[in-house]
Amino acid sequence: MELTLKKRKKNTIIPGFTMTLGYTMLYLSIIVLLPLSMVFFNTFSMSWSEFWQTIAHPRAVASYKLSFGTALAAGVINVIFGTIIAWVLVRYQFPGKRIVDGLVDLPFALPTAVAGIALATLYSPNGWVGQFFDFKIAFTPLGIIIALTFIGLPFVVRTVQPVLQNLGSEIEEASASLGATRLQTFAKVIIPELLPAIITGFSLAFARSLGEYGSVVFIAGNMPMKTEITPLIIMTKLEQYDYVGATAIATVMLVASFILLLLINIIQWYTNRKFSLQ
Amino acid sequence: MTKPLNVEHDSPSIAGHGATKSYAMQESMIVKWSLIAISLVFLALFLILPLVSIFVTALEKGWATYVASITDPDALAAIKLTLTVVLIVVPLNAIFGIVAAWAITKFSFKGKNVLITLIDLPFAVSPVIAGLVFILLFGAQGLFGEWLFQNDIKIVFALPGIVIATMFVTFPFVARELIPLMQMQGITEEEASISLGASGWKTFFLVTLPNIKWGLLYGLILCNARTIGEFGAVSVVSGHIRGMTNTMPLHIEILYNEYQFTAAFAVASLMSILAIITIIIKNFIEWKAKDE
Repeated sequence: MELTLKKRKKNTIIPGFTMTLGYTMLYLSIIVLLPLSMVFFNTFSMSWSEFWQTIAHPRAVASYKLSFGTALAAGVINVIFGTIIAWVLVRYQFPGKRIVDGLVDLPFALPTAVAGIALATLYSPNGWVGQFFDFKIAFTPLGIIIALTFIGLPFVVRTVQPVLQNLGSEIEEASASLGATRLQTFAKVIIPELLPAIITGFSLAFARSLGEYGSVVFIAGNMPMKTEITPLIIMTKLEQYDYVGATAIATVMLVASFILLLLINIIQWYTNRKFSLQ
Repeated sequence: MTKPLNVEHDSPSIAGHGATKSYAMQESMIVKWSLIAISLVFLALFLILPLVSIFVTALEKGWATYVASITDPDALAAIKLTLTVVLIVVPLNAIFGIVAAWAITKFSFKGKNVLITLIDLPFAVSPVIAGLVFILLFGAQGLFGEWLFQNDIKIVFALPGIVIATMFVTFPFVARELIPLMQMQGITEEEASISLGASGWKTFFLVTLPNIKWGLLYGLILCNARTIGEFGAVSVVSGHIRGMTNTMPLHIEILYNEYQFTAAFAVASLMSILAIITIIIKNFIEWKAKDE
């Protein structure tokens, strides 16, 4: 079956293969591949010690830790609340549900700079929310986590939601009729089924958070060594015309993103294989 | 980041089935309403309050100030520039998306999965790096910098730079929507049309396009929203020249950093209205696509 299908596609009568593939490759090369290769091309023109000194500078290292740590924290918050929100949206009826469902997409639709100034104002010491706390939220790593939580939420909700929707009630019925309590069914039957989607959602949110700039700069405070994220270091170096330094840091970020992309693909491949075997 | 279109939103929930209602099949009312409350409080703190605060701050000093802020010449120039960028970027990326989806879904060839991954690549790249790469290509010290200077062509710190950086960031949106959709639809309808004597173009416009219209529109909406709002990449290549190379998000940044909060939030409120319209259209498309 598989073979005949492939053979048929190869001898397809549909026109335009050379033209469409050619255009795709050309456009992809000009807009994405050639520009991205410049980062590695410029890095190779640096000496190793020069490269290492730039990327291992204490200020840069502090920014990696901050970017990684805040993205991780925001990812975990989104996994917990995103899964609850997806659950509530799929399983329960309540007034205003359609509006809430639509609202989840707000971070995809709202420009990051707009989100950034709104969150910074809300969570600043005299803002609507910030005034109720004794400690500072905006201009600390906590503020960065809030901005990244905002950005990452739809990734988790929108990956978990369809899986939860397609989850048949049979396995839950089986679990219940075998004497499991609701909590046991949830922990041992439902959560394992949702796990691949949760991990994918987390990785997507995490990857986006690592590179996020617009929503973070306003709320972060941008103090070197304390609240300076890695994309901001690149930005600062560019403003000082230190293109070599900016490129070196960009290389570190790109490599980290590519590893993450690879991991996401492996998880998805593994999940697809698991389901096709079933 | 995008999700497939065929998500059904109001499928009957387990809790709705009277026959299966039992303690073991359903959470207690306390659990149910606690989970709903947690969700609503979380969404209020992270999504609703920020949205409301934008409009409240924008109108804080009255309607006259609001109108003055958004009709300021620099604000109008920023709106015009953003619209120009949208009119160039969105059609180009849409054509690419359709062409790429056609090549990928109508034919089989080696390296297809690698190609799909490469198309997705811009999603994994920080917007700041997306701006940086074009400085490395077209900036004064860049690969083509000397040549561009001699021929008096401006790319970086001008409209072409803003356009190409935005194109990079929004590159995958349309293709990402169309590829899974067209993969699902297969090639039988196109084959039938061609074998009955229709040309390739005719087949595309009369057979393929009606089949993919909602998916295409969905991709366009997402691409459009990101194009309007792109900040990091544009910030690197724009040069922040007031009235010249400032897009709406960059204009908001400048106003905010100058402590002109009312004006900043006034422009921000315009962009929020666009975001809300985007969400409404997106839901309409999902509802329409499900209906068919």
